[in-house]
Amino acid sequence: MTLRTKLLIAAGVLIVFASVGVYPILASYFTLPISAALSDMQLKLGLDLKGGVHLVLRVQTDDALEVETETAMEVLREALRTAEITTTSIQTTSPVEFRVEGLSPEQEPGFRQAAAEADANFSRSPGVNGSYRFTMKPNVQLTLRSEAVDQARQTIERRVNELGVAEPSIAEQGADGDQILVQLPGVTDVARAKEIIRSTGLLELKIVEQGPSSTREALLVNGEPPANMEIVPGDGDAGGGAPGSTVYYLVPTVAAVTGRDLRTARQILDENNLPAVSFDLNQEGARKFGQVTGSNLGRQLAIILDNRVSSAPTIEGRITDRGRITGRYTSQEAQNLSLLLRSGALPAELTYLQEQTIGPSLGADSVRSGVIASLVGLLLIVVFMLVYYRMSGVNAIVALLFNLVILLGFMSYIGAVMTLPGIAGFVLTMGIGVDSNVLIFERIKEELEAQRGLRASINAGFSRVFLTLLDTHIAALIAAAFLFEFGTGPIRGFAVTLAIGMVSNLFTATFVSKSLFEFQLSRRRQATTLSI
Amino acid sequence: MHIFKDTTFDFLRWRWHAVALSGVMLLAGSVMIVTRGLPLGIEFAGGTAIIAQFEDQPSIEAVRTALTEAFPGGGQNIVVQGYGDPSLRQVLVRVPEVGDESGASLSTIADETSEALRQGNLGEFTVIGTEIVGPAVGQELATKGIYAFAASLMGILAYIAFRFQLSFAVGAVVATIHDILITVAFLSFFQYDLTLNVVAAILTVTGYSTNDTIVIFDRVRENLRSRRREPLRDVVNRSINQTLGRTVITMGTTLFSAVALFMFGGEVLRGFAFTMIVGVITGTYSSVFVAAAVVTLWRGRNTTARATAQSARVASPRPALPKRAKSNRRASAS
Repeated sequence: MTLRTKLLIAAGVLIVFASVGVYPILASYFTLPISAALSDMQLKLGLDLKGGVHLVLRVQTDDALEVETETAMEVLREALRTAEITTTSIQTTSPVEFRVEGLSPEQEPGFRQAAAEADANFSRSPGVNGSYRFTMKPNVQLTLRSEAVDQARQTIERRVNELGVAEPSIAEQGADGDQILVQLPGVTDVARAKEIIRSTGLLELKIVEQGPSSTREALLVNGEPPANMEIVPGDGDAGGGAPGSTVYYLVPTVAAVTGRDLRTARQILDENNLPAVSFDLNQEGARKFGQVTGSNLGRQLAIILDNRVSSAPTIEGRITDRGRITGRYTSQEAQNLSLLLRSGALPAELTYLQEQTIGPSLGADSVRSGVIASLVGLLLIVVFMLVYYRMSGVNAIVALLFNLVILLGFMSYIGAVMTLPGIAGFVLTMGIGVDSNVLIFERIKEELEAQRGLRASINAGFSRVFLTLLDTHIAALIAAAFLFEFGTGPIRGFAVTLAIGMVSNLFTATFVSKSLFEFQLSRRRQATTLSI
Repeated sequence: MHIFKDTTFDFLRWRWHAVALSGVMLLAGSVMIVTRGLPLGIEFAGGTAIIAQFEDQPSIEAVRTALTEAFPGGGQNIVVQGYGDPSLRQVLVRVPEVGDESGASLSTIADETSEALRQGNLGEFTVIGTEIVGPAVGQELATKGIYAFAASLMGILAYIAFRFQLSFAVGAVVATIHDILITVAFLSFFQYDLTLNVVAAILTVTGYSTNDTIVIFDRVRENLRSRRREPLRDVVNRSINQTLGRTVITMGTTLFSAVALFMFGGEVLRGFAFTMIVGVITGTYSSVFVAAAVVTLWRGRNTTARATAQSARVASPRPALPKRAKSNRRASAS
């Protein structure tokens, strides 16, 4: 390779990486003209530098299993009723198990036939006195759990998008796979974001069988709710009780229409000019809603949100495709509610495991300190190299700057996020870059002292140190790979920066720096001394 | 300019002194860790921390008093300290507890803390940052951190064993473990919290220390090929002397960066920078005095270079380099 080619390659690499990594930053700082594609590539700052909210939630996947078990139990109960098979009790014993008791021996063949449908997801084992235990199969449990996490993640994504957060990051994580990491850069209203993310948002419409009643006990029959019924609390003032008190309604366990049948929801003002939420049903929902309202004229319809009756208006005519939720909402609450209904319900309850809020001022402080520290470190190194290695020090500094430009450009190109530990990775890369040059220069000095001639000494310096550099850099790359694979958040940011830094450093220390030496020699063909 | 020119220090003569010095340091460090403990950062220990920026800087004492009076349960275990530059008027309050890990109640302690500050009449303030880590996440982060650490250490060592030979890998292991222990002892003495950032710094130190060790080992390997009749001890000594200039200069420039980070890098990076400073110094020391000494001790005092070179060639995956003069000629022709 001729010197000319080498210098051209080096210049080309510099221009490409500088235009991707450095120019967008300068352009946004000094408002220079820039193409949209390039400006999109500008190095992104992590939460710790930009400010924002970092949340880790756990999906209570047991909830999803419980729903499945209850549904299967209801299906079996219905099948047994149709087949006229009597039992003393059918009830759940855990989120993944339910028991049937008191079956007479002559009814068992009929029972087994009726139970066949539940068999796909449950394994059935007989006990004493005509009892049977249905346990959910392990692979079904596993699928349901991962589906619940997946669904929760998608729902959170929709909600976050409705909130209008730029560049959110939502991902599943954790050893058990039941955690969701939510990062919302630039969000300041943390309380609202948190509330919206974890509200279940389950809307159910049910016919009121009995109530409202001021006590729970008044609705019980023999100390428990009647079969297939449940008791749901609601606001006193909506149900005709004293303001602030709680009243109770008896409603069927299975809802006539749920939030799943919703097409859209939006905030409106009701006839009293109070904020309310109006919703539209899809075709299937409209059909069911029409059927229920048509056959229950004059009765009350409970609008239940997350297991609390928000209102229970009387059905005055057959309604098909539209409904309204009123309560004493503030405008913000009505807006949040319509957002929740639009984004769909969560399949399971969420709990917060970790919350971190970084105010924008705190992030800006960190950026400033990080940049100042890097510049001071760089300056000290530059001064030292110039004093100690004189003219050759210039080569080292050029190689070092080259290295930083490539590092910035590559990180921007792959969309890596700059975090505080990432800045530390920058500083370490700088240190190792200098070390590479020191190794080479010390070796050249040694060769010069052994009277090997200028050209031979420079060549020997580079070629002998190359193997050492390879060893040290590969060792660092191995460390970075393991850190990335097993580490979390900040450690990974550090690993990415370090790995890119190692590769670009190997290029600049051996290729760029050597080309610069050769360039200097080509200008002084008779040279016998080197300023080093 | 030369810092060291043709030095002939007998580093290996001092190896027993080095063993004694390291032994004393490690013993003192272990006592330190056992008695003073290593404070875990909030990521690992779990807990609640809030950073409040005040209109007028209250004294740390006043903040503590306010919390003791108004915080439910008295708040004896609350840590209060200034955060960042004093001109920013920021105070960090750390409470070891978190709210229940159910629903949205994880943040109750944080709310109680800012409420207590409000009742303390300390003037206007805004909470500019909070961090709440529940015990489940803390445990998981700690486990993952340890795995990442152990895995990357094993990776480096396997590489050295592959590129050099077993005695060199053992030397590098001993030196690296030595550095980690001493660094942790210093963290414990100065009561720095062990955070994820500090773990990253300890890993950096590990990388730096092996980097240093590899440079010296590389020179030993090279010299073993050209000076077969010399005792191993002399070859190692010569190699350390030949790389001494580089060792010291690199330590210096890395220290420049680390000290700049320590002084200007802000509160979050201070623990990171401190770990780097300690680690770079002990890493350099251990490469010169510990790693090489272990290699000679492992292979016995009187081994000649020839025997070591032979086993080095067997262990080395690439063929031995041609003689020195020859490789020079080839290199200069390119």
